[in-house]
Amino acid sequence: MTPSPSFGPGLKEVFGPAVEGTGPELIQLLTPEGERVEHPEFAFDGDDDAILGFYRDLVMTRRIDTEATALQRQGELGIWASLLGQEAAQIGSGRAMREQDFAFPTYREHGVAWCRGVDPLHLLGLFRGVDQGGWDPLVDRFNLYTIVIGAQTLHATGYAMGLQRDGVIGTGDPDRDTAVIGYFGDGATSQGDVNEAFIWASVFNAPVVFFCQNNQWAISEPIERQSKIPLYQRALGFGFPGLRVDGNDVLAVYAVTQAALQRAREGSGPTFVEAYTYRMGAHTTSDDPTRYRVTGDLEHWKLKDPIERVRAYLSRTGVADDAYFAEVEAQADELAARLRKGCLEMPDPSPLDIFDQVYEEQTPELAAQRDSFASYLASFEGGST
Amino acid sequence: MTAITLAKGLTMGLRAAMEADPKVIIMGEDVGKLGGVFRVTDGLQKDFGEDRVIDTPLSESGILGTAVGLAMRGYRPVCEIQFDGFVYPAYDQIVSQVAKFHFRSRGRVKMPIVIRIPFGGGIGAVEHHSESPEAYFAHTAGLKVVACSNPVDAYWMIQQAIVADDPIVFFEPKRRYWEKAELDEQAAPDPLFSSRVVREGSDATVLAYGPMVKTALQAATAAEEEGRQLEVIDLRTLSPLDMAAVYESARKTGHVVVVHEAPANLGLGSEIAARVSEKCFYSLEAPVLRVAGFDTPYPPSRIEEEYLPDLDRVLDAVDRSLSY
Repeated sequence: MTPSPSFGPGLKEVFGPAVEGTGPELIQLLTPEGERVEHPEFAFDGDDDAILGFYRDLVMTRRIDTEATALQRQGELGIWASLLGQEAAQIGSGRAMREQDFAFPTYREHGVAWCRGVDPLHLLGLFRGVDQGGWDPLVDRFNLYTIVIGAQTLHATGYAMGLQRDGVIGTGDPDRDTAVIGYFGDGATSQGDVNEAFIWASVFNAPVVFFCQNNQWAISEPIERQSKIPLYQRALGFGFPGLRVDGNDVLAVYAVTQAALQRAREGSGPTFVEAYTYRMGAHTTSDDPTRYRVTGDLEHWKLKDPIERVRAYLSRTGVADDAYFAEVEAQADELAARLRKGCLEMPDPSPLDIFDQVYEEQTPELAAQRDSFASYLASFEGGST
Repeated sequence: MTAITLAKGLTMGLRAAMEADPKVIIMGEDVGKLGGVFRVTDGLQKDFGEDRVIDTPLSESGILGTAVGLAMRGYRPVCEIQFDGFVYPAYDQIVSQVAKFHFRSRGRVKMPIVIRIPFGGGIGAVEHHSESPEAYFAHTAGLKVVACSNPVDAYWMIQQAIVADDPIVFFEPKRRYWEKAELDEQAAPDPLFSSRVVREGSDATVLAYGPMVKTALQAATAAEEEGRQLEVIDLRTLSPLDMAAVYESARKTGHVVVVHEAPANLGLGSEIAARVSEKCFYSLEAPVLRVAGFDTPYPPSRIEEEYLPDLDRVLDAVDRSLSY
């Protein structure tokens, strides 16, 4: 047998292993033990008050998630996509955005929604099945959840191209210069749309940050089924920088995203940020991860919990005391109670509602279909509308 | 009054729309320097600049996906898909995103996107360049679908489509790009979503759109020599359908023939036949007949004239209807 030909160095030699996330390339500013550490390129520019705020955000986000999961288990939501374990990736990146920036989420960005001021009750509406996202994406500057994997990365790129045409890039005015952040997961990096978005953003130098939460799993498929090289390394092939950040380190995620957004706002183009994290829960409440992954991984990642390390830092340094933690806990309880009550009280839409929002200019045939259906419903005793 | 080709009518209409609204942008493959493979966007990049006439990467899903983002930012993208058979890579963005956005956002987000698609056969092209995919889009709630058939409509309809706030798939009959007609820019156009009687007659009704309107008119001329008066209706809008003129004509003639290049199975003709039978049942003297492409992939071009409905096949259907 002829030996297979060899072309240049091996992938691992050049890129390192795809999976192990603890190499020197991993940007980290707060260790799992809660120690602040230096990084040669990135620093957290906030003060301890900001970290107290992050802690609150992280706890509130986890509580939204816990409550929503419970509501699903009790039959009040059809399904829920848990973000357990990804809180720091979402709060760090969400808080790095400025008011005028625009986010394009997947369906799991509950923490980013929180940062954008979207009422979590609106998130429940989607999963309860009363609407398809009750918030105004243009007001909150947070798009509706996108469920078709990766499609939103092109929307983010297009929006960024609009910013370029509006002249709100590179003016030097911090209230004017604007960037876009597009969220997606490791599985999405195999989609054509994501790769097309990379190309468009690159050749047009669009002000967009591609924020990938590599949580290692696309439902049952591990990252090895999506990539043979670390995801962040892919960016180079498209012609823009890629960074891998500890996705469970809210300080590092914040610092890296802030730098990437600022680079975009200044007109220097896109950046790929790979937030290296782990999906601690199931893909959704309909999934059963015990069929495809081992508990050892979970135990390993529990030690890297994104909230515990912030709490450890705040406690050890004396920035926060037990009273503060109790106060945040009480706020979370209050939020959970409000969500539960609001969810149960959410009215079902009327079946006739579906006809009116299909078009901006209603068509005669759809109006006729609506009228006909209304008459049909009214034909039952007492009507049912 | 000047005589213009259908392609020129589109160019003039696009130019007028861009002059009227700075938010109108054109995006597509080769639409800039080259002016498009059919030269429909000829000269527009030179006059409106590269930010408004964008030569895109060779990436149809990218064209529609970024158009969504641009629309969210307040732009009115006019996307050119170079040939009918190349729209499928963009199909997901069109059907899942463009079409549904208004509905999902409960009307908060508008998608004023025009998707221009040169469609149909008859130009001797290789495969994937002669298809008629209109039914896929007419079937999708949230989209509107129109087809122009002549230079004057081309000029007006493209402008009306760009001004409209809903996403519109705009089909252009590529083999009629070079047909000429007199354009009066002062005349008032018909509304975009309206069908039009283009030839009056009393014996049978022939419905067509896009490239088949000319074929239907040729059939009517030939039928007249045999003493038959065919009424020809240019449907113009495929979703929503404008059926009022169709019903009126069906009730008058009692014989209806629908013509399109797209395959017969579940094509526009099927829907039209269903509606005519629902509304005009007691006026019909014969079932609604369809003259359409066969339920095969588009054939090699040396035999496309056999595949495409022509004057004789239209007259054959009229004969069958009248002798029913």
